[in-house]
Amino acid sequence: MLSDNSAEAMGVECNRAAPPQAGRVLLGIENVTKRFGGLTAVDGVSLDIMQGEFLALLGPSGCGKTTLLRMLAGFEKPDEGRLLLEGRDITAGPPYRRPVNMMFQSYALFPHLTVAGNVAFGLRQEELSRRDIDARVTDILKVVRLEGLGHRRPNQLSGGQRQRVALARALVKRPKLFLLDEPLAALDKKLREETQSELRELQRRLGVTFVIVTHDQEEAMAMASRIAVMNEGRIVQVAPPAEIYEQPNSRWIAQFIGDVNLFEARVIGDASPYLVAESAVAGPLHALRPGGVSPGTDIAIAVRPEKIHISRATGKLPANAISGVVADVGYLGDFSLYKVRLDNGATVKAAVANVSRRAEPPPALGERVTLDWPAESAIVLTR
Amino acid sequence: MSAISEKGTWARRLTIGLPYLWLVVFFLVPFLIVLRLSFSQTALAQPPYLPLLDLAAGWEGLQDFVAALTLDGYRLLFSDSIYIASYLRSLQIAAFSTVMLLILAFPIAYGIARAPRRWQPLLVTAVILPFWTAFLIRVYAWITILQRDGLLNEVLMMTGLVSEPPAWLATDTAVYLGMVYSYLPFMVLPIYATLEKMDESLIEAAADLGCPPWKAFWTVTLPIALPGVFAGALLCFIPIVGEFVIPDLLGSSDTLMIGQTLWTEFFSNKDWPVASALAIVLLCVLLVPIVIYQNLQTRAIEERR
Ligand SMILES: Nc1ncnc2c1ncn2[C@@H]1O[C@H](COP(=O)(O)OP(=O)(O)OP(=O)(O)O)[C@@H](O)[C@H]1O
Ligand SMILES: [Mg+2]
Repeated sequence: MLSDNSAEAMGVECNRAAPPQAGRVLLGIENVTKRFGGLTAVDGVSLDIMQGEFLALLGPSGCGKTTLLRMLAGFEKPDEGRLLLEGRDITAGPPYRRPVNMMFQSYALFPHLTVAGNVAFGLRQEELSRRDIDARVTDILKVVRLEGLGHRRPNQLSGGQRQRVALARALVKRPKLFLLDEPLAALDKKLREETQSELRELQRRLGVTFVIVTHDQEEAMAMASRIAVMNEGRIVQVAPPAEIYEQPNSRWIAQFIGDVNLFEARVIGDASPYLVAESAVAGPLHALRPGGVSPGTDIAIAVRPEKIHISRATGKLPANAISGVVADVGYLGDFSLYKVRLDNGATVKAAVANVSRRAEPPPALGERVTLDWPAESAIVLTR
Repeated sequence: MSAISEKGTWARRLTIGLPYLWLVVFFLVPFLIVLRLSFSQTALAQPPYLPLLDLAAGWEGLQDFVAALTLDGYRLLFSDSIYIASYLRSLQIAAFSTVMLLILAFPIAYGIARAPRRWQPLLVTAVILPFWTAFLIRVYAWITILQRDGLLNEVLMMTGLVSEPPAWLATDTAVYLGMVYSYLPFMVLPIYATLEKMDESLIEAAADLGCPPWKAFWTVTLPIALPGVFAGALLCFIPIVGEFVIPDLLGSSDTLMIGQTLWTEFFSNKDWPVASALAIVLLCVLLVPIVIYQNLQTRAIEERR
């Protein structure tokens, strides 16, 4: 769940990201399919990865993220489709001939080599002089703040340090494309958040294209300039984080990313620029009308909890509002999550930011309240 | 309170002491007996050596005993080239056998370690399956295979590869065959143990960093498997140096391995002192690789810390 504040912050992030159209395509994924026996792990995926972007592959466990990433690295051969790196077909090329590097989820550090040995391993495969190798190793160790630890063995390091060795080992190769499979999964929450901003910073500084796999939506939101949401082997939406959150293109994504109230409804009228839809649970609701929705269409109206305004019931119900009784209040620090039971038994979630100086005490358990939201905050979903 | 802790320390001392007790009773005492024998002289008596320690004579008896000890056994050892040749032959056979075992065992261990998980216990069992049959019987079985009208020659004649049945028995080939066959599990298992623990993503990481598979074998797989290789080499080299049964049953009688020489001195020549001196020198020779291995081991452990 993201609070109002972070939603605003996301707007900033969105501006930060270079608009994808402006960039040049680094890697074209064309209709790629991968099957394991009868199981289709990646199903006809097409996606253009832009030069210099920070792309997150986000999806539930088992949706094929790792498989897709491993195909980009060259560890799996697609059954169908092509991969074009700067226009060159690399579909059949072995991993050791791709200018692509990957950071493994397990880090896969060589236990028999020191930190410096691990970092230099990739450079030794190239035709480089000892001096160049040493210089580049020293530089990258400084970048990941591991100066002075070059002589240690991987098992003499903390989890966070190991992660940075893995990072340095891949980045020292100056890859065109850097792949990270759940790079922060093994770190604790605080370190994870620190590393998130470090990675973003590093990516901006080096200008390398990052593709990160994660099943943690907050992580994807916090780091990526673009998110590709995957489900059951397919990419279901590709957009900047704020757009994924504010404009999901299906019920599934609306529910997968963040918290949401979904009202199944049928379009009954038009009040341009809004539509009016009749919901069995919430009565008539207004929402901005997207193209291609005509009266009689079955839709879902999605409203994020933090967009809902909660107030004490006054007796008269304004438009686009519903009434209910507070059934549960979860205090989460920066905001409280209200669960409001409607008269017909349905539950609606509303988030209230805990601003310190309040005019009146917030509604308590059992109180009758009115929930309302601007029609602009409602998302119309047809899929 | 104190009674409990006292009991605790006694229990602790016992558990720590037991292995030492074992070593003293089954290693140190026999070793001292052999050491003392190696400084004796042969005698036509029962037991067949001199001097004997007369405890009843007290202090003087002990003095007489020490004065009568000699280095004759060792002197003989280094004066007659037969013994030196025997040592060298043993070391040579052990070294070559160990190299051959390594070359053969590594791919086997690698194959098992990379096989699907559920097959691995079965494959390991297959490697140690020969142990179900007594060692001596298995070596005898090789005699029937290798003899002039044995299985091997029959097959060779049938396929027309040879026109005359060659002699296999009583050759070095037969000895090497027996050694490699008998010691293979001792080489495969330690190497398998290290390879099995190795994270397969390391090879992928190497490939990702631009290292083709054949090179990754030398730069990643082999260095990681090295402790297993050392352990296996030691487990094979040391017993092969002292091996008796295989060269005796399959080898020729013109050049003897040290185990055979020792046996001859002890049982045929009844020269216990020389036999004991042979055993002591053998022990010293074998101590060298053991000490080297120990050093490597402690260094590896320190590095891991
Ligand atoms: N080598 C393989 N052999 C057979 N099936 C596989 C193999 N690799 C992956 N799969 C299957 O393909 C599907 C996708 O797996 P993948 O590892 O890509 O998922 P993921 O999105 O990375 O999931 P997670 O978030 O749990 O890591 C899963 O159902 C998985 O069981
Ligand atoms: Mg995965």
